[in-house]
Amino acid sequence: MAPILEARDISKQYGHVEALAGANFDVNAGEVVALIGDNGAGKSTLVRIMSGTEPASSGQLIFEGKQVHLTSPVDARKLGMETVFQDLALAPHLSPVQNMYLGREVMRTGPLGRLGFMDSRSMRKGSREAFEKLGATVRNLNGPVGAMSGGQRQGIAVARAAAWAQKVIFLDEPTAALGVVQTKNVLDLIRRVSAEGIGVVFISHSMPHVMDVADRIHVMWRGRRVATYRKEDTSMEQLVAAMTGAVTQEAS
Amino acid sequence: MTLADTTPTAAGTAAVEDVPAGRWQRIARIQALQIVLLLAVTVAIFTILRPGTFLTPFNIRGIVQNTSILAVLGVGMTFVIITGGIDLSIGSVLVFSGVVADKVMAAQGGQGWGTVLLGTLVACGCGLGWGLLNGVLVAKANVPPLIVTLGSLSAALGFAQILTKGLDLRDAPQTLVNKVGFGNIVGQVPTLAVVAGVVVLAGIVLLHRTRFGLHTYAIGSNAEAGRRVGLKVDRHLIKVYALAGLLAGFAGILNLGFFQSTTIGGQSNTALNVIAGVAIGGTSLFGGVGSVFGTVIGLFIPIVLQNGFIQINVQPFWQQVVVGAVLVTVVYVDQLRRAAAVGGRKHYRFPFLSHRGRRT
Ligand SMILES: Nc1ncnc2c1ncn2[C@@H]1O[C@H](COP(=O)(O)OP(=O)(O)O)[C@@H](O)[C@H]1O
Ligand SMILES: [Mg+2]
Repeated sequence: MAPILEARDISKQYGHVEALAGANFDVNAGEVVALIGDNGAGKSTLVRIMSGTEPASSGQLIFEGKQVHLTSPVDARKLGMETVFQDLALAPHLSPVQNMYLGREVMRTGPLGRLGFMDSRSMRKGSREAFEKLGATVRNLNGPVGAMSGGQRQGIAVARAAAWAQKVIFLDEPTAALGVVQTKNVLDLIRRVSAEGIGVVFISHSMPHVMDVADRIHVMWRGRRVATYRKEDTSMEQLVAAMTGAVTQEAS
Repeated sequence: MTLADTTPTAAGTAAVEDVPAGRWQRIARIQALQIVLLLAVTVAIFTILRPGTFLTPFNIRGIVQNTSILAVLGVGMTFVIITGGIDLSIGSVLVFSGVVADKVMAAQGGQGWGTVLLGTLVACGCGLGWGLLNGVLVAKANVPPLIVTLGSLSAALGFAQILTKGLDLRDAPQTLVNKVGFGNIVGQVPTLAVVAGVVVLAGIVLLHRTRFGLHTYAIGSNAEAGRRVGLKVDRHLIKVYALAGLLAGFAGILNLGFFQSTTIGGQSNTALNVIAGVAIGGTSLFGGVGSVFGTVIGLFIPIVLQNGFIQINVQPFWQQVVVGAVLVTVVYVDQLRRAAAVGGRKHYRFPFLSHRGRRT
């Protein structure tokens, strides 16, 4: 099966800093791929490039077998790829509903819609359904998300991405700020999303979480993917060793 | 952590509720309420002290009329400040637009509604032009809004003085002065107030009911988040500054009718007074929060104070002292609220001081 999304030989320089040095990546439909690696290994940078947030210095992105050029996150979203960024990228003063639909507002039908009036009721309904379906704990659809707990915000960001994703979803450390139960919710959500045939890319530092949900694990080290394992074939010890650069499956 | 945070939702029994308001919203509402209360108490005190003259139709009419032009300016300023920006240029843009409109109307020579309409279009066009310039410089050239609009404050006034050689024009058409500036629509309801009321209502609808308003809040709240979901942030900022400029131009023609003069030297504090009204009305100078309704209340307070002080034989200059104190208090409270929201971090800057993308 061809991967739904593939990155080939991606490099990225920030001035003199080489964040990515020929990184490869691939994810299949309905698969959960964990992306692990030490801090600074380039995981977030790779996700930003694959989600259209930043251009690569060089390299190719292949989506459903065709090379694509993403100039903005909007391009990625048009292809059905959604991202939960490490900083969540929510507007703190807006409500969960407003964040859910920001940039994709449902307009009223007819002339009122053309004048810019929004169909608030259907957006509320859609948000409530999405949060319920995805098990996000959102106690207040109207309050500003900035006043909510880190766990609730995370839930909203994840639910937003999951609700819109058609093909691929990137989650950059989605459980970093969460308590035990909330983490379980996110992991359950990852399973549910992938069961719908969506490719999930999951960055985490937690080996138990990775071993829990991932089908495959990509290990990054100094800007490159150095190893890929199937979950059945690996162990936490092996993953940790690979993260320190002790294992190299892929030539540079 | 609260109970609901720890409620397992794996089985799909999510805890989504529609409780009416979160903490921030409640505080925001309370702040708006406090300002309404402040205005009500002020009115009550003056009414008790001067029962025969303060709360009379004649006096109310005067207060409303004096607030009208500021309210038109305040609508645009509210949008700008919600994006995290500021517009210091509106007083000068008002003067510039009035000057050009006056010259065009004088050249055309009429005194009737046709001439007034022509002048209105010209004034609005001038304001729109300055607003677009501000917006492009803020959004595309990435110059801090404070500096951009300080520049256009100076330049627009300079052009107005060049065009008039520094002498006020006083030849506004009769219809503009008699029907718009001083006229009543019906009974004792001043035309100016009705016009301003329409602008305010339109502003409220635009801000709170439309996608344009939502994106205005979103950009002030987290421009990067907006960009990532595909908002055209630069274009939206340009539109917001253009709106503020357009309304300043429109205020220019109203001002011409009201003062029968281009008031070249008289508008140097206008932008600051409007900004004070916006801030007192609960719009955050940090962006992301605000309302047009609050702005209108915030603009009424100084004018009611001035009017009342004159009536009770207190020097009206006290109004400026009180307004200054209220302004600082309101912004201080806003800062506390913001510090609480960002987790006790005390070092933050007003966004309009920075170029975009460097917001702290
Ligand atoms: N915007 C940036 N500007 C400069 N350097 C950056 C930027 N983003 C990331 N880097 C650098 O690139 C490297 C990889 O970072 P990142 O992708 O965030 O790693 P990870 O997410 O794996 O911890 C690090 O050395 C980091 O300092
Ligand atoms: Mg990272």
